[in-house]
Amino acid sequence: MIGILVVCHSFKASSGIAEIALQMAGEKARVVGVGGNEEGGIGTSTGKIYEALLDLLDECDGIVILPDLGSAVLSAKAALDFLEEEQKSRVLIADAPVLEGAVMAVVEASTGSSLEKVKQVAEEAHSLKKLRV
Amino acid sequence: MDNGKLDVTKAIEAVKRIKDIVDANKEYLTELDSAIGDADHGINMSRGFTKALEKVKSNEYNDIGSVFKDVAMTLMSTVGGAAGPLYGTFFMKASMKLAAQKEADLSLLAQAFREGLQGVVALGKAQLSDKTMVDALTPAVEALESAAKDGLTLKQGLEKALAMAEKGMKDTIPMVARKGRASYLGERSAGHQDPGATSSYLILKAFYDALEG
Repeated sequence: MIGILVVCHSFKASSGIAEIALQMAGEKARVVGVGGNEEGGIGTSTGKIYEALLDLLDECDGIVILPDLGSAVLSAKAALDFLEEEQKSRVLIADAPVLEGAVMAVVEASTGSSLEKVKQVAEEAHSLKKLRV
Repeated sequence: MDNGKLDVTKAIEAVKRIKDIVDANKEYLTELDSAIGDADHGINMSRGFTKALEKVKSNEYNDIGSVFKDVAMTLMSTVGGAAGPLYGTFFMKASMKLAAQKEADLSLLAQAFREGLQGVVALGKAQLSDKTMVDALTPAVEALESAAKDGLTLKQGLEKALAMAEKGMKDTIPMVARKGRASYLGERSAGHQDPGATSSYLILKAFYDALEG
């Protein structure tokens, strides 16, 4: 199973997005949100991301990380550097709109797709249109 | 006997000076960041270095690499903004060069800061003139290296690095940001000094001041 880690500047945002995404997959996928700085304020924490990754790596074959803005990306990359090589090889960061990407990734993951495929589908969320002409 | 090198005591003193100078400039950094970012740089840096100082004060050290490493780990987890992983990486990569070293002369510190800068660039992917901390750190590291080549003392080298960092910091004012939160502002980011370049200057100033003894 491929897990999805949503990394936001706010814990509420990350867990809300995880909750919305999980509605699409039920028991068949793992989606976890991590966010906020160490004190619970707005920001990101490499330590918190690292711990969330370790937990997910225990349960999942692979993890796709969906970061929201700049420092979420940097904190996630820094957290990867603390993982063992074997663990690191099971984690990919997706460049995607975070909510849409999480929803699409979860749906894809719940069908049993590979890590690369889940990341790719998450990134395809860039082309989602909400308003049709 | 003071040989002018950076030993464990001075490395810890440098962390204290960084905390003090960041605290003294907290409002200023936040003001710079509110113009082109998310107005948290001063608060974030203050929180990070306050925790880093607590950490290094509570430990015994035999080498300066371990001091840098503890600073790195603390910054990564406590700063909260992009500066956390970036400065965390700077200190982490530098710590690897300083591992098991009781003290650093100009040449070794120049190498350590070069490693740190390369780590920052590898993580953040910022180039010169992107309006980031790289614009202050790059000329500073180059100044350290050329001072080392000229056989200057650590203090003299840091003095030159500080002057170049200050110039690099001021040079960010007209730049249009291409990295970080400020890049969302596009052309509107021009005319403001970059907060990250400013905190980099302050960190170098603290190292210089720490050698004053």
